Amino acid sequence: MGRGTTAELKGSRPGLTLTGGLALCVAVLAFGAVMIGPYGLSPGQTLAALLGQGESQAEIVVWNIRLPRVGAALLVGAALAAAGASYQALFRNPLVSPDILGVSAGAGLGAVAGIFLSLPVAAIQASAFVGGMAAVGVVTLVASMVRNTDRTLTLVLIGVVIGALAGAATSLLKVMADPYDQLPAITFWLLGSLAAITTEDIGPALPMVLIGLVPLALLRWRINVLSLGDEEARALGVEAGRTRFLVIAAATLITASVTALAGVVGWVGLVIPHIARMIVGPGFGRLLPASVLIGAGYLLIVDTAARTMAQAEVPLGILTAVIGAPFFVWLLARGRRGWS
Amino acid sequence: MLEARNLVIGYANAQVGADLRLSVQAGDILCLLGPNGCGKTTLFRTLLGLLPPLAGEVRLGGTPVTAQRRAEIARRIAYVPQAHAPPFPFEALEVVLMGRTARLGSFAQPGKADRDAAQKAMDQLGIGDLAARDYSRLSGGQRQLVLIARALAQDTPLIVMDEPTASLDFGNQAQVLARIAKLAQGASSERRGIILSTHDPDQAFALNARVLLMHQGRIIADGPASDVLTACNLSTVYGIPVTVETTGSGRKVCLPSLHPQSDPTITSDALTIA
Repeated sequence: MGRGTTAELKGSRPGLTLTGGLALCVAVLAFGAVMIGPYGLSPGQTLAALLGQGESQAEIVVWNIRLPRVGAALLVGAALAAAGASYQALFRNPLVSPDILGVSAGAGLGAVAGIFLSLPVAAIQASAFVGGMAAVGVVTLVASMVRNTDRTLTLVLIGVVIGALAGAATSLLKVMADPYDQLPAITFWLLGSLAAITTEDIGPALPMVLIGLVPLALLRWRINVLSLGDEEARALGVEAGRTRFLVIAAATLITASVTALAGVVGWVGLVIPHIARMIVGPGFGRLLPASVLIGAGYLLIVDTAARTMAQAEVPLGILTAVIGAPFFVWLLARGRRGWS
Repeated sequence: MLEARNLVIGYANAQVGADLRLSVQAGDILCLLGPNGCGKTTLFRTLLGLLPPLAGEVRLGGTPVTAQRRAEIARRIAYVPQAHAPPFPFEALEVVLMGRTARLGSFAQPGKADRDAAQKAMDQLGIGDLAARDYSRLSGGQRQLVLIARALAQDTPLIVMDEPTASLDFGNQAQVLARIAKLAQGASSERRGIILSTHDPDQAFALNARVLLMHQGRIIADGPASDVLTACNLSTVYGIPVTVETTGSGRKVCLPSLHPQSDPTITSDALTIA
């Protein structure tokens, strides 16, 4: 009897209920976030505006200002958490964040180069995206040329090297940039922010993130197996090299897309998968949706705080670090149950 | 089922073993014995197709292992690594369920039939009640049994076990050995071929296994335990005087001398690996 229940418990039903509950929470949070701001709205006004039956001023606020921002926060949080969960499983290390292979450093360099060359916003975003993808591309290429038995470790170490190089190039551009005009823009971008987001900005990022999520969702069982390590995964019938490449490509696409949109927002991809794992366990089939939803809700809360807590915008990256760092120390101190 | 001939194993710049030959059928227990660093693990990796042979060929189910896809190999031969702690707290049943991977499509999830097979494998080893436990918090012996259950759930005619008793206490060692012996017996459809490595020659006697005695990358003797594990062979391979005695119940045991006439000759490998 008792054994049967275990098998049943592992079925999809409780998982679905939990996912549904989380989704509902995120929807409520999003509704709340649309109401909050310098131009305060009541729930009734918000609902009317959403349905296209509100006062014209409320509709402008909701559709042109609040919704793009709320949507971007949800998208960025969901994407970073999904990529973080994937990288952590892949590298068998819960301390890994989506930047491990240099995607943030590469995107940072791309964006800074774009700002330095005074390119238009869309071109800066494209340049950041290309920079992030290229950095990880170079890392995987160099790692494949280095003959070492531990492929995963090689990847991580080359990621550190390429990340440091990109960081150095970014610093050089900062030194050369115009200190009155370009440098503040660069600094602001590197700290991450959704302050200037418009619907047009979300346009290209959303499909990229969705495309990246597809292989992660499809490969969810194989990602579990891969977290046992290459050798064991291969002995269990997984083409480890090919699967890892797919997961890295998907997670990098996701991270580069939202980093191009929001700048470098740290800690989300590191901390959120931990929280998700505490709730649903390490099985990737449930970890992925839980990470996506919790990440979305988390970044929405933080971004809403960033735009309302002070007269001026607080950069997102500063808030996520201020929250993430102590949380992480708490996780380490708790340490009782391994990394769960 | 598994056949290797004139096998040369090792890495591009370091040959580990040469002139290796072996064959295993369902129902066989092949026990690999030899001192640390003699090439047992490298041989296993080569047999599993994880490492290409430098020369010679491993044939699994009639075709060269290097020409098969990972899923094909995993449907023919299962691997039981030494008990390890994974980075994430999977439930024991989930770990066993991973043995079903080779039977699933690339994008498929294990279904109810797979869960039943995993639970059955655990029941068969008497660890059914561990199913919902956190694998990373089990004892070494329990983890080893979970990994053996995973190999059973993989449902292959052959199982390779890398020192399955290495981290176990006295009682668990005997238990695991008894389970291994049982896997090779039974109805012919369920009988499996087992290759295991061990540091304890007594286990080869207890399992009534065929023994492959390895030394410095070569097979120096191959045959039934009582023929291969002689005082002379063991003394040569391990570099200490060993006597083989028969107990009152008729089982043979190997006894290393703790008071060697000459100075102890612990090899440098043994020290670095230990």
